[in-house]
Amino acid sequence: MIYQGKQKIWADYQKEIPDNRWFYVRSCIRQNFFPGAERMFLEICRNVLGKDFFETEYHTTCGGIAYHCDTIPQETVMTIIARQFALMTEAGYENYVASCITSFGNYAETLETWREFPEVETRIRELLWKACRREFKTPKYLAHASDLIYKYRNEIAARAKFRLINRFTGEPLRVVEHIGCHYSKMFPSKGVGGAEYPYVLCGMIEAWGGNVIDYPERRHCCGYGFRQYHVKANRGYSVSNTYKKFESMEPYHPDFIITNCPGCPYFMDRWQYVIAETEGKTYGENGYGIPVLTYEEVASLVLGYNPWDIGLQLHQVAVEPLLDKLGIEYDPDAKYKGLNKKDLLRPELPGILKCC
Amino acid sequence: MMDFGFKISPSSTINLDKVDLEKFTRLHEIEPDVYKCMACGSCSSTCPAGRFSGMSLRKVILDLQRGKEKEAVAMMKNCMLCGKCTMVCPRGINTRHLILSIYRIYAEDEK
Amino acid sequence: MKENIVIIGGGIAGMEAASQLLDLGYKPIIIEKSDHLGGHVAEWNCLFPDMTPAGDVVKNLVTRSAGANIFLNTEISFVNKLKDSYNIMLSNGISIITKIILVTTGFSLFDASKKEEYGYGIYDQVITNKDLEHWFNTGDDKRVGDCGMNAVGFVHCVGSRDEKARNSQCSKVCCITAVKQAIEIKQKFPEAMVYCFYMDLRMFGKKYEDFYISAQRDYGIRFIRGRVSEVSENIDGKVIVKAEDTLSGKPVKVTLDLLVLMAGMVCCKDSTKVANMISLPVDSDGFLKSRDNVTGIIEAPKEGIFYAGACTGPKTVPETLAEARAAALNVHLYINRMK
Repeated sequence: MIYQGKQKIWADYQKEIPDNRWFYVRSCIRQNFFPGAERMFLEICRNVLGKDFFETEYHTTCGGIAYHCDTIPQETVMTIIARQFALMTEAGYENYVASCITSFGNYAETLETWREFPEVETRIRELLWKACRREFKTPKYLAHASDLIYKYRNEIAARAKFRLINRFTGEPLRVVEHIGCHYSKMFPSKGVGGAEYPYVLCGMIEAWGGNVIDYPERRHCCGYGFRQYHVKANRGYSVSNTYKKFESMEPYHPDFIITNCPGCPYFMDRWQYVIAETEGKTYGENGYGIPVLTYEEVASLVLGYNPWDIGLQLHQVAVEPLLDKLGIEYDPDAKYKGLNKKDLLRPELPGILKCC
Repeated sequence: MMDFGFKISPSSTINLDKVDLEKFTRLHEIEPDVYKCMACGSCSSTCPAGRFSGMSLRKVILDLQRGKEKEAVAMMKNCMLCGKCTMVCPRGINTRHLILSIYRIYAEDEK
Repeated sequence: MKENIVIIGGGIAGMEAASQLLDLGYKPIIIEKSDHLGGHVAEWNCLFPDMTPAGDVVKNLVTRSAGANIFLNTEISFVNKLKDSYNIMLSNGISIITKIILVTTGFSLFDASKKEEYGYGIYDQVITNKDLEHWFNTGDDKRVGDCGMNAVGFVHCVGSRDEKARNSQCSKVCCITAVKQAIEIKQKFPEAMVYCFYMDLRMFGKKYEDFYISAQRDYGIRFIRGRVSEVSENIDGKVIVKAEDTLSGKPVKVTLDLLVLMAGMVCCKDSTKVANMISLPVDSDGFLKSRDNVTGIIEAPKEGIFYAGACTGPKTVPETLAEARAAALNVHLYINRMK
């Protein structure tokens, strides 16, 4: 591996990310998958770094799932997106940041379509006006939320309580980074580091002390993909892709996986359970799995938040071995207590995949 | 093991690292021209047996090099040794000798 | 015979034309930007299909063209169009007035790192055809030979026939170069498995097909019809190549000790620079546009401007030399007509 070669490519794919004043839109599914992640994003940006991030309860889905399942036409998606832009314009913001990779891809695709076919934009403006009497300006800057954490990575590192170092060995943690497909595969220039060697998550890991693993199937899909998973007959295809990835990363013994997409962490996390129960195979140490975290969760751990306050108990793969390596103290009894200390009940333990 | 109603499907990728070419090397010693095949398909298109049985010498030669020896030998069983492929091969491969050599080397396990 | 003839580029085309013009009694001027003559061929080891040493070809041309006025390390600063001639200002301060310019600026090798998915410049064991020739010449490249050399792969059409890389043209010589280099690798490492990943094999030249048959029959080189889609590195530092074996209709992957990318020929930016200075048209493939692609390939659409070699498109060495001779004759006839 020639690290300088990668640096050269990274230098070619840098995008301008304003430091402050962002209009934030959430993801449909992340709230259910890993609810701590988005809350921690706002917590870090607003309260730790003191930035202005605005969000409104009036925003809706971007229509991405329906669009990619071929159940609504592109005009509908564009009009939904136009309405989100209208909310941003009304709130007085010009920079638009999406929590979801699919949304980010949709926004990027829509803006590119309008740039190339201005008559489509004109038509969408008419449709939006007819539908809800709103008008909008297109965002000056479009970012994915991971672009922002990438932007703030050094500020976060400066405030870090923990570094991504294995405290038993003193070695940097070995981290697999996995980018959502719609982050830069459609428009390489819209992602930090491009599509072949994306840097957005690498940059965070490097800034926080870890080592990134480059393994053969790093480009491969996580196994989600709307049409794969949502059709039950295709789920074997979905888990087969995840299996291929894990088989490829296994020799590197990753300590954890960092992701920036709603679907990737969820499926790489849950499918480890299915792979264990159907194939008898686990990929972590001593029968555990490899923890799969969102970048917000990793940033929160680095900043010293309580693992149970940021929702790590919602992961199928136990995070405790990772917390031990990082030297983060936690109360095993508090794992299944809600923020209000209410008992959340304990999940049933799997047969093969070891969980705490 | 749990049944979820779906499972991991086997990969269809040909992994050249795992193909054992020991027999093919022996074949090449007996009939060096086997390497000359450029997959033009003349043999298969002219093969009288191919029309009814799916016999294709081009595919047999390819399969042997991709680790699909069983499929290749099964296909070969449909060959009637008429020799039309020898007539049309632009690379002048002695296909009949090739076919008999393949039998000698690959089908020996079945004897 | 006082007529000035300016030859831009001291590669094999420029030298061959100069040597012919010297024989015809002229005193041509060669302008070469680097510190030596011979261009790309000077960096090659041997030439297909007879394994002619490239060094001998260049040495012979250097001797034959030695009588010309040769400016090394020299670029063209600017060109002024006068009434019926050109005033060429060189970077060394000399200016030349001429009615005749022969453009022999050649090609550039495609920058293989632009095909990011192939990992050139990222993965240690990925090299180019040029790097391999350098190793043949000097033996100085840790990437070759130091590793096991159990399996070596060649990727055809890197940056050629590739609209995304903005080169839709076939670079013509890479197929046969890959066959040549694969044979050379097999000669040096007889135990190695050698794979060529190709889209089509274009064996158009004299004895090329024989060379290809020999690569198959005598050297056992494996030709896999499928374009490499991506390259990655495994934990041992070997490269894993993925392609489709289109003849089987199945994806194929293989682990290699060395992967050689056959970087193609693209238009050279110096050609474009010269074209801009003397307002020459550029063809849709980026190379210089000839008066006619069938009957006038060595003539520019402008009076007194001639082309030879790869500045008008990918060429082999013999084609380039033939064009250079033809261009020299055309220059001679043009001068006679002017009288």
